[in-house]
Amino acid sequence: MNVLAVLIPVSVGLGLVGLAGFVWTMRAAQYDDAEGDRHRVLDERWDEAPRPPGQSDTSPR
Amino acid sequence: MTAACPACGGAAQIAEAAARRPAPQGIVLHLPDISCAACIASVEGTLHAQPGLQEARVNLSRKQVVAKGTNLEADRLIAALAAAGHRAQELGEGATARQDGGLRDLLLRTGIAGFAMMNVMLLSVAVWSGAADATARLFHLISAAIALPAVAYAARPFFASALGALRHGRLNMDVPISLAIALAAGASLVGALTGSAGHSWFDAALALTFFLLIGRTLDHAGRSAARSAAAELAALNVPQAVLLTEDGRRVVRSDSLVAGDVIALRPGDRLPADGIVTEGRSDIDRSALTGESAPVPVAPGDSLMAGEVALSGALTLRVLRAGKDTALNRLSDLVATAEMQRSRFTGLADRAARAYAPLVHLLGLVAFAGWWAGTSEAWRALDVAISVLVITCPCALGLAIPAVSVVATGRLFRRGLLVKSRTALERTAAIDLVVFDKTGTLTTGEARLTSAPPREALALAAALAAGSSHPYSRAIARAAEEAGIAPAPVQDAQERAGLGIEARHEGRVIRLGRPSWIGASGDGVALDDGSGTPTLFTFEEALRPDAAAAVAALHRQGLEVALLSGDTALPCRRVAESLGIETLQAAMTPEEKADWIRARSATGRRVLMVGDGLNDTGALSLAHASVALGSGLDAAQKAADVVLLSGQLTRIPELLSISRRSLGRMRQNIALSLGYNVIAVPVALAGLATPLLAALAMSLSSLTVSLNAARRLR
Repeated sequence: MNVLAVLIPVSVGLGLVGLAGFVWTMRAAQYDDAEGDRHRVLDERWDEAPRPPGQSDTSPR
Repeated sequence: MTAACPACGGAAQIAEAAARRPAPQGIVLHLPDISCAACIASVEGTLHAQPGLQEARVNLSRKQVVAKGTNLEADRLIAALAAAGHRAQELGEGATARQDGGLRDLLLRTGIAGFAMMNVMLLSVAVWSGAADATARLFHLISAAIALPAVAYAARPFFASALGALRHGRLNMDVPISLAIALAAGASLVGALTGSAGHSWFDAALALTFFLLIGRTLDHAGRSAARSAAAELAALNVPQAVLLTEDGRRVVRSDSLVAGDVIALRPGDRLPADGIVTEGRSDIDRSALTGESAPVPVAPGDSLMAGEVALSGALTLRVLRAGKDTALNRLSDLVATAEMQRSRFTGLADRAARAYAPLVHLLGLVAFAGWWAGTSEAWRALDVAISVLVITCPCALGLAIPAVSVVATGRLFRRGLLVKSRTALERTAAIDLVVFDKTGTLTTGEARLTSAPPREALALAAALAAGSSHPYSRAIARAAEEAGIAPAPVQDAQERAGLGIEARHEGRVIRLGRPSWIGASGDGVALDDGSGTPTLFTFEEALRPDAAAAVAALHRQGLEVALLSGDTALPCRRVAESLGIETLQAAMTPEEKADWIRARSATGRRVLMVGDGLNDTGALSLAHASVALGSGLDAAQKAADVVLLSGQLTRIPELLSISRRSLGRMRQNIALSLGYNVIAVPVALAGLATPLLAALAMSLSSLTVSLNAARRLR
């Protein structure tokens, strides 16, 4: 039964990782604009390289 | 569970808490027209080209863009967007302050309840499958350590709303929910600490919280989308006025006007206050207030009402009454009283909850008393009482109605119908009489040329009408274009405000305008081409292209259709006959419209009012359910339950049939969730229910109603 001492923290820890992931997606505003994200995934402006943060050069290709 | 309890305000409290948070930095613009990936790219690209901008992000769900940066001015951004072809409007503090913090809060609570439920369930599986003694006790203690903080946080909306209801001496659905959750968690904690062999209900408490939070999140998400869209519609219409002072012109909010102010009005402006014309002449569109379709001329000395539109000339006005005293605002009193009556309508969810909550308590109490008297074991009796409370607790009932209404309102929204009120679907499902307003609702509000003038006359008239925004001028220009007639060349065109237009053609003076000015008699406008014999142009209102189809579809559904209008009898009869509408009332004041609807409601008819103007607001809010046109005034949209954004009248029969079907689906769902209880409650009363059975029953019934809601509405 000593294995429980390892397994229980591991299972709770994995659950916590999932919860932390969920909180992160929420903080990152991923549930705020489901409609827009659906369209953005088809946007090919930043296919080659990610948009540099703070850059205002957004000429559409 | 918000949908199922009249007195609770869990979601509302959360939304309020979110409102107190400071609004996000930056300028928020509303973009009513964006709809695709190309729009997002173009709006963000345009804004990024502005100096000082650091970040611009479009939110397509809300049709907004948030621009952050230094030295930004909303006007400059709006001008840049207009140049790129996008309409934009700055959203004021009121609209941006209520960003959707409430939904995030509910999502976080749901996530935490879900996480805790799964972990506790894992530990419980071990206990159910035979772990005993020290292991079982250890598992119970770990479950307690996970479950108690999770329940305390995640179930707070239920506790808060139950406390609120109890404080007012009422019972709502959250009372049995809170009781079940608190009892289950509390008794299990005592059991875990004392090491008793009784059941542990931690997983049940968490599962209950989790499923109910899903229902509440759905409900909140559905309604906040409709609420924010309605708020943005209103924000588009912030009334302003041009105030003439000794220091020149100043733009002010129209609610800051006082009697005696002098204001200027350009052609096309809507009057912000009641007043008397001091300078200028113009034609006035009174249709918003009276439903009259023909424009009325005004001259200095005439009095005007707020809500009317100056069509042709610029006017200067002395304000007589402003703000709350205007005729427009007196109409809103009518709306306020009617809305009080409507809020007494109790939805299916409320009625179910009202019948259900006392029953649940009674059953729990009976179970406890019966088992205590029978076995004189208080712990055993409490265990049975908890199992009864947990099993009867309406997870499925909490999902039954929000899930259906989210699916139905989402579907209606994609068809251009914005459902504003929570009980609107149920009320539209009961309709047996559909009442239309005429001007602006069945008709487009535009005029159409009915006479067939000679080609030369039409060419001259089109040339004169080209520069004017008067509805008759637009009708003439359109008729000429359709007939393929190019406007004749004219020089020195001049608008004679309130009379017509004058110009020179091949050396002669030609005039187009009011028949009395030209020297002709009749309605419409007349053209004087310099020859001495005037040509008369007559007009009728243009019907919406799908009005006939919409009325026919309503008739096919077995509904009576009526037309109430403030306009005179003749044009009303013409419209009613061409559409096949049997009941017609013309020349009605707003009060008469409201009375007509009140009289029909008193005889048991369920009236759906469809309108667009201020003269309809009383009727809209008195009717059993109401639809306002998106092109109408915001006052009408505020009073209505459903806003028809697309202006397609054929959506109205669709709205009725979708809401009838979704009401049927709601009833099915309630029957389903009660069915589970009918099986599970006797088992629980007999003391045979285990936490495993409770968990199964809860998950299964919630899953069944969610799937039933998501099933396609046939």
